[in-house]
Amino acid sequence: MREYFDKELTQLNDSLIEMGGLVEQAIKNTMKMIVDGEDLLDIAREHENRINEAEKSIQSRCLHLLLHQAPVAHDLRYVSAALKMITDLERIGDQAVDIAEMSVYIKDKKQVFNLTHILEMADNASKMVTEAIDAFVKSDIEVAKKVARQDDIVDELFNRSKNETVELIHKNKELGSEALDIVMIAKYLERIADHAVNVAEWVAFSITGSCDLSD
Amino acid sequence: MDKFTIENMNLYYGKFHALKDVNIRMKKNRITAFIGPSGCGKSTLLKSLNRMNDLVEGCKITGDIRLDNENIYGDMDVNILRKRVGMVFQKANPFPMSIYDNIAFGPRTHGIKSKKELDRIVEESLRDAAIWDELKDRLKKSALGLSGGQQQRLCIARALAVKPEVLLMDEATSALDPISTGKIEELCLKLKNDYTIVMVTHNMQQALRISDETAFFLLGEMVECNSTDAIFSNPQDKRTEEYITGRFG
Repeated sequence: MREYFDKELTQLNDSLIEMGGLVEQAIKNTMKMIVDGEDLLDIAREHENRINEAEKSIQSRCLHLLLHQAPVAHDLRYVSAALKMITDLERIGDQAVDIAEMSVYIKDKKQVFNLTHILEMADNASKMVTEAIDAFVKSDIEVAKKVARQDDIVDELFNRSKNETVELIHKNKELGSEALDIVMIAKYLERIADHAVNVAEWVAFSITGSCDLSD
Repeated sequence: MDKFTIENMNLYYGKFHALKDVNIRMKKNRITAFIGPSGCGKSTLLKSLNRMNDLVEGCKITGDIRLDNENIYGDMDVNILRKRVGMVFQKANPFPMSIYDNIAFGPRTHGIKSKKELDRIVEESLRDAAIWDELKDRLKKSALGLSGGQQQRLCIARALAVKPEVLLMDEATSALDPISTGKIEELCLKLKNDYTIVMVTHNMQQALRISDETAFFLLGEMVECNSTDAIFSNPQDKRTEEYITGRFG
C-alpha cells in the first residue's frame, strides 16, 4: 500500500549506514595516525569531505520525505532522528580530522608523553561510535543504552589525561605547546564520545519517542 | 473541563453492533477529531451526540452520553439538545431561500421575531463564520447561488445563529477545494475559543493541523484517544500506528 514510501525509507536507512561506516573509517584512520605515527592526513581529509557530502545528501533526502510523504508516528520519529543524527556524525567527522591534524605535531614526542589514556579514550570513543551506529542499524535500544553508560569512562579518562599533562607541563615547560595539543586531542575524543551518545539518544527517540537512555 | 462524557456506550443498528463499549471525554473549547477507516463508527458516534440516530429505525444505544454532566438520552428535550449541539454535514445543505433567511431560520424557530434582533443575529453569525464581508451586500439573494465553500461557511453560520455550545462537523470540508478548506480550518481555530468542536475527518493532515485531541476508531471500537501530537508522533496502539502511517485503511 505504501511501497514507494517504504522504498524511500530503506534508501534513507542505507545512506545512514553508509555515513556511519565512513565515520568509523575516519576514526580508525585517526587512531592509526596516533598509534603508529603513519602520515594519513590526506586520507583523513578525504574522509571528512565524503562525510560532509553524505550529510548534505541525507539532509536533502529527509527534507524530500517530510515534504512529499508528511510522515507520522514512527516514520516521523525516524526521519527526524535521521536529520539530527547526521549532524552528530558530521561533527564526529570534523573532530576526527582535527585530531588527525594535531597528531602530526605530537608524532615525535610520543616518548615524552604518556599516551596510555589517550589511546584508551580513542579505543572507547571509537567503540561507542560503532555501537551507536549498530544500535541504529538493528533498532536496538539496549545497545543504545550501553553507549550512554560508556560515556562516563571516557569522561574519567579525559580528566586523568588532562591532569597528567598539566603535571608534565609543571615539570617541563618547554613541552607546553605539545602538551596543549595532547589536551586538545583528549578533548576532541571526549566530544566524539558525547556525539556517539547523542546518536544513541536519537536511536532511542526513533524507537520509543523519548531520548531517555537511563535504565 | 469535559463538555461531553461518554461511558460504556454501545450502539446497535438492529443486530449489528456498530459501537462497542466506547469511553471518551471531549474537553470544552477544544477541537476533538475522530479518525478511522470508513465504516468504523466515527460518524455514528458523532450523530449520537445530538441524537440524530434517533431517526434511524432499529438503532439502540446503551451506556451514558453526558453533556455538561447531563444525560442526553435522559430527560433532556431533544430540541434543546440540538440547539446546544449544532451540526455541519459533509455536503453543504443551504435551504432554498435567501442567505438572510437561512441564518434567521433557526432563531425564528426558537421564537425570535424582532427584525432588529434577527438583523443582529444574521450579521453576528456571518461575521463569526468569517463570511460577512463576502455576503453583506447580497443577503437577500438565494443561498443556492453561492460557491461550495461559501455554502459550507453559510451552514456553519446557520448553526452558530442559535448560539450552540458544541459544533459537530462531519467531514465538513471533504467536498471543498484547498482554499475553502483552509478558510474553514482557520474558522474552526477561531471558533474554539467560544465553542467545543467535534469533527469527523478522513484528512489526517487536517486533524493534525487543527485538532487538540484525536480519537482513532476501528470496527466500532475506540482504539486510542490522546492529544493529537501524541497520536501522530507516538501512538500507543499498533493498530493506530498502522492506520495513520497508511499500512491499512
